[in-house]
Amino acid sequence: MNLGDKMTLKTNLKNILLVVFATLILSACSTAKKSGDLEGDVYTGKETVEYLAAGVPDRVFFATNKSSLTTASRATLRKQATFLRKNKNLNVTIEGHADERGTREYNLALGERRANAARDYLMTYGISGKRISVISYGKEKPVNPASSPLAWSQNRRSVTVKVN
Amino acid sequence: MLKKIIFYLFIILSTTNANALIEVDITRGNLDPLPIAVSPLHVDPKSEKYKDLEVKDLGGNIAQIIENNFKGTGLFNPLKKDAFVQKPDIAHLKPRFEDWRLIKAQALITGKLLIKDGKLKVEFRLWDLTAAQEMTALAFTTTPSNWRRVAHIISDKIYERLTGENGYFDTRIIYVAESGPKNQRIKKLAIMDQDGFNTKYLTLGNELVLTPRFNPTSQMVTYMSYFRNMPRVYLLDIETGTQEVVGNFPGMTFAPRFSPDGKKIIMSFAKDGNSDIYTMDLETRVVERITDHSSIDTSPSFSPDGKFIAFNSDRSGLQQIYVMRSDGSNVKRITFGKGIYGTPVWSPRGDLIAFTKMHKGRFYIGVMRVDGTGERLLTENYYQEAPSWSPNGRVLVFYRETKAGSKGEGFSAKLWSIDITGYNERRLSTKTDASDPSWSSLLSK
Repeated sequence: MNLGDKMTLKTNLKNILLVVFATLILSACSTAKKSGDLEGDVYTGKETVEYLAAGVPDRVFFATNKSSLTTASRATLRKQATFLRKNKNLNVTIEGHADERGTREYNLALGERRANAARDYLMTYGISGKRISVISYGKEKPVNPASSPLAWSQNRRSVTVKVN
Repeated sequence: MLKKIIFYLFIILSTTNANALIEVDITRGNLDPLPIAVSPLHVDPKSEKYKDLEVKDLGGNIAQIIENNFKGTGLFNPLKKDAFVQKPDIAHLKPRFEDWRLIKAQALITGKLLIKDGKLKVEFRLWDLTAAQEMTALAFTTTPSNWRRVAHIISDKIYERLTGENGYFDTRIIYVAESGPKNQRIKKLAIMDQDGFNTKYLTLGNELVLTPRFNPTSQMVTYMSYFRNMPRVYLLDIETGTQEVVGNFPGMTFAPRFSPDGKKIIMSFAKDGNSDIYTMDLETRVVERITDHSSIDTSPSFSPDGKFIAFNSDRSGLQQIYVMRSDGSNVKRITFGKGIYGTPVWSPRGDLIAFTKMHKGRFYIGVMRVDGTGERLLTENYYQEAPSWSPNGRVLVFYRETKAGSKGEGFSAKLWSIDITGYNERRLSTKTDASDPSWSSLLSK
């Protein structure tokens, strides 16, 4: 076996590995879309999530027509509270959102209620209400523009955004 | 922009004749539309040039608008012009009734116009072909650039004569013009004639604007804007373009509407996770709290006599429609059907409330009596909401959105109208995607 043959073998192996990888990624994606990331109709995945800092997710998700916080949402908000305690000069806005399957005006109110549910929880963990403003966008700013149960679950959210 | 146009009525030859035979029954659907011939208006050859107006086509163009208006009601069947049997000027003097009856017309509209000294003079007549007599005649003078409005006013007069109800053609619709991808929508306030012409944009699209609604005289609009990222209720004077915030409370104000006398704005105010209904007197700026409940209370709409308010609340757990006295007392839930209900809007006649109903993933526009009985669903679709009444209480305009694909493709929002009979569903033509329509009152009254 000369050097050229060795190179070809290496490249082939690499290609096979790439294919295996790609298959794994694809299957991971398809399980996500098969509502593996929904608990009831609350989104539990990470696809749209951004981070305020390492390990501090910026958003929590809600069930249809609901503004109550799930166990997972509370855990996320506690991480946010810890982060905000460490960064005393940081203020945030919590944006409340609804999915597109409701009337516009009710959704504006619902988004406001969701954002305040998150704000109230942060306040019980010692973050001053003065540091947290809220704004509702109702159904006006979907993060996922699709018309599917998964997209709607990703859009029913409150997002904590740094303002300074 | 919406300059108040003064029409000088200088001849009224209205022949009120008890023996007139034709009458359109509008309590039923469009099962048997009335065949009507709209003759092109005769253009007086003495007419002078006016700006870039195609004066010689004006008679035909006005007739075309009248025809489109009538067709749009579903109550009339305008006949094809190539079958017309008399020249416009001759027919206008006195039609040969038997000849027009041959083409199966039951009513005929004729007219003539003259442009002189920068003024447009129009007269028209409505003929009952079966009874062989004139039913209505009217003439007026206005500025020639108002020629589309002339056509709408003629349409209203004829509609009123034939149906016994007020027309709704000389009206405008204010709405939110939408463009751009679904997750980055640009929204502007837009206003147009009810037939989709003369579209004008009232905001630039720099901030999100929602839910514009006319005041009773259709000179002012209240709407919600995210100007400076503060979602608040605003007031806009269409004529002057002046905008001011009216709901500058420490929180979000939204879902505004005028009281029937135009003196107050009723709206929701959301703070600390709770939305309640408030009114603000536009003159005194006195604010009154109308509801005080831990639930969401929104989408308020006054009854036309100002004594009651219909609104949307989830105090029972899910969205339902409630009615209360205008001081907030005597709250009664009126919806008990399957599904959930939103966007109650009191009809201008006072007898019905239009609403959006959501049930098993479908959206319905419907009407019910003001006590919640007699629910009738007029149209079902993937997504539609926000009905607004035509000023005569006969037609609803609303918006409808389509289902989007995985990247948001295929999404659109359009305005639609439907008669309260459930017949005659139509898409309104708009220059862009559109939502949140509000129908004006009759502009000439």
